[in-house]
Amino acid sequence: MTAHESLGERLIQQGISRRAFLKFCTAMASMMALPPGSAMAIADALSKTLRPSVIWLSFQECTACTESLTRSYSPTLESLIFEMISLDYHHTLQAAAGFSAEKSREDAMHNAYGKYLLVVDGAIPIKDGGIYSTIAGRTNLDLLQEVAKGAAAIIAVGTCASFGGIPNAKPNPTGAVAVSDIIKDKAIVNISGCPPIPAVITGVLAHYLTFGELPELDDLGRPKSFYGETIHDRCYRRPFYDQGKFAKTFDDEGARNGWCLFELGCKGPTTHNACATTKWNGGTSFPIESGHGCLGCSEPNFWDAGSFYSALSMPAGALKLGTAAAVAGVAVGAAVSVANRAKKQAAQSAHRTATIADLKE
Amino acid sequence: MNFPPIHAQSTYSVGNIRALMNEIVACLEKLDRDDEIGMIDLNSLPFSPGEYEALRQTLGQGEVSIRIEAIGPSEIIETHYPGVWWVTHYNVEGDIVADAIEIAWLPQIIRSQPEDVRAGLARLKAQLNDQD
Amino acid sequence: MNEVLLLTWVRSTGLSIATGIFVLGTLWRLIEIYTLGRKPDLSVPRHRAAASGLHTLFRRSLPAPGMFIRASASYLAGYVFHTGLFIVVLLFAPHIMLMQSLTALSWQGLPSQFIDATAVLTLAAMLLVLVDRINNPVKRFLSTFEDYAAWALTFLPLLTGYLASRHLLLSYTTMLALHISSVELLLIFLPFTKLMHAFTLWISRWYNGDINGHKGVPS
Repeated sequence: MTAHESLGERLIQQGISRRAFLKFCTAMASMMALPPGSAMAIADALSKTLRPSVIWLSFQECTACTESLTRSYSPTLESLIFEMISLDYHHTLQAAAGFSAEKSREDAMHNAYGKYLLVVDGAIPIKDGGIYSTIAGRTNLDLLQEVAKGAAAIIAVGTCASFGGIPNAKPNPTGAVAVSDIIKDKAIVNISGCPPIPAVITGVLAHYLTFGELPELDDLGRPKSFYGETIHDRCYRRPFYDQGKFAKTFDDEGARNGWCLFELGCKGPTTHNACATTKWNGGTSFPIESGHGCLGCSEPNFWDAGSFYSALSMPAGALKLGTAAAVAGVAVGAAVSVANRAKKQAAQSAHRTATIADLKE
Repeated sequence: MNFPPIHAQSTYSVGNIRALMNEIVACLEKLDRDDEIGMIDLNSLPFSPGEYEALRQTLGQGEVSIRIEAIGPSEIIETHYPGVWWVTHYNVEGDIVADAIEIAWLPQIIRSQPEDVRAGLARLKAQLNDQD
Repeated sequence: MNEVLLLTWVRSTGLSIATGIFVLGTLWRLIEIYTLGRKPDLSVPRHRAAASGLHTLFRRSLPAPGMFIRASASYLAGYVFHTGLFIVVLLFAPHIMLMQSLTALSWQGLPSQFIDATAVLTLAAMLLVLVDRINNPVKRFLSTFEDYAAWALTFLPLLTGYLASRHLLLSYTTMLALHISSVELLLIFLPFTKLMHAFTLWISRWYNGDINGHKGVPS
């Protein structure tokens, strides 16, 4: 595979018809929330694009992001995504191992310096010099800084790379941070989610290839076309929330009727992602449709934001001061009361009865 | 203890269908008047379970139904309302990858693509040359 | 600190501190007030004092003769915002969830559209009483900083709650965090300001009715 042929040429070599490609672009346009008629324009732009070199670095992660991407739709349509890019380094997917694997990364960096895309999944530990996660004897921190230097743009895939995710959860023993905490001088797009929706990963890649730039981002660096609205806003169960119809347990009448899961701890109202419309497993459903509330996995610190099963309006932790405050309140009240009575008695005992003699003066 | 199985209510409509029908009417008027093609992406709509099927029933099936095989099947049917096409693309595993209502004289994907025509022409010529 | 952390803090530590101060302050003030005591009135009651006390509880909720015309803004807006607060605070489903988690009591909520409309009416009524307080020379003269502060402490939770539920101005997460913090401010200051009338109102009316009844001035 070479990086220097256009996607169109490559598709012809593979015997993929233009019509099949157009069909793929229709799916892309739908994912990117572009006007549905733009598939043709996307197909034109993509077929002329030179396939960019992509280096994928995996740090403190569980490989679910890669699982998510490689499970995106069927193997054949997903392989089209990999036709669009030249994936030169991905230590889970590549055949090469050991020194030759690291050499392929160095070659890719050398050949496309300043032009390659860097994809990162996983958080980066920085405590104690970053020794808590290493690849080929080098710390993740060191590797990221080196590879980021020559990247045209960085795509942080998953909540760990985007916001620190679970490695960053309290007490964060390895000092894990997000890509954007370390790299400040490059365009970074955060594709958060645990794991992120596969279509979002491919959609952002397609957008970059089609338009030559990253899509419009929200204030957390996430593409607006996927993270512009909350799960709650786009949820088909929203009307039940408005009517005040809530499931109280996971198997009651309300749950059976598909009522709102807010009271069971659904974080839909504070979670920005495309699950409610793009859905999972090739459009089958999404967590709420399967009867479980949203965990809020695409938001920063979702792991530390209170129980998954307590409603947003409920306390996120135990209210520890209750009893102590009540005891203190009674004590202060009693003390003030005693003081008041003492004052009253002092006033009474200091009271002298006025006599006629007093008035004469 | 014996609990009855849990089934989400499947007939509840959250009002998508009526809104969609109004949009289709507007698109059809544009097609007739200005020759303008309209498209409604169904993937981005928050359908409740059952609502999608209800939309299928509402639009019904008309005279034309076309099947394309291009990395998985695509199903294109003209609904009960001429000019309103339901275009569904599947992958090889049978999952829907794109689903739209296209308001057009003929959906774009049906036409032979110039690139494919050229490639086919080359193949045909090569075959003729082989026989010589 | 990002908005999720802020929200989590106000939902845990912040709420803990606020409810702690609220419980402490309320118990303190109530015990202080009711242990002050009164001298036993040894005279023969001229009227059935207890009945008069009971009657006063309700009687004082109605305008005195002629007053409704003279201060219609105060009465009308006053009724609307007190009733509105009651509905919005106690009958909105997420609020009931909170109450349930704190007290294990729960009851049926109202549809959020109804709560929405009530919140708008309540906000309008509260703005009206503020404008009336500033415009009316007597009320303005009698008003102190505490009066305006009490108004703001009540108004802010209502405003931020409405903005959060309608997704206006700021992101829902940030607005929800602001809403909860404004409620926490209200909880912290309620026992130490005039807002304490939420607790003392009924007993003090009873006292007034009772004393007046004893003296022969039935309500």
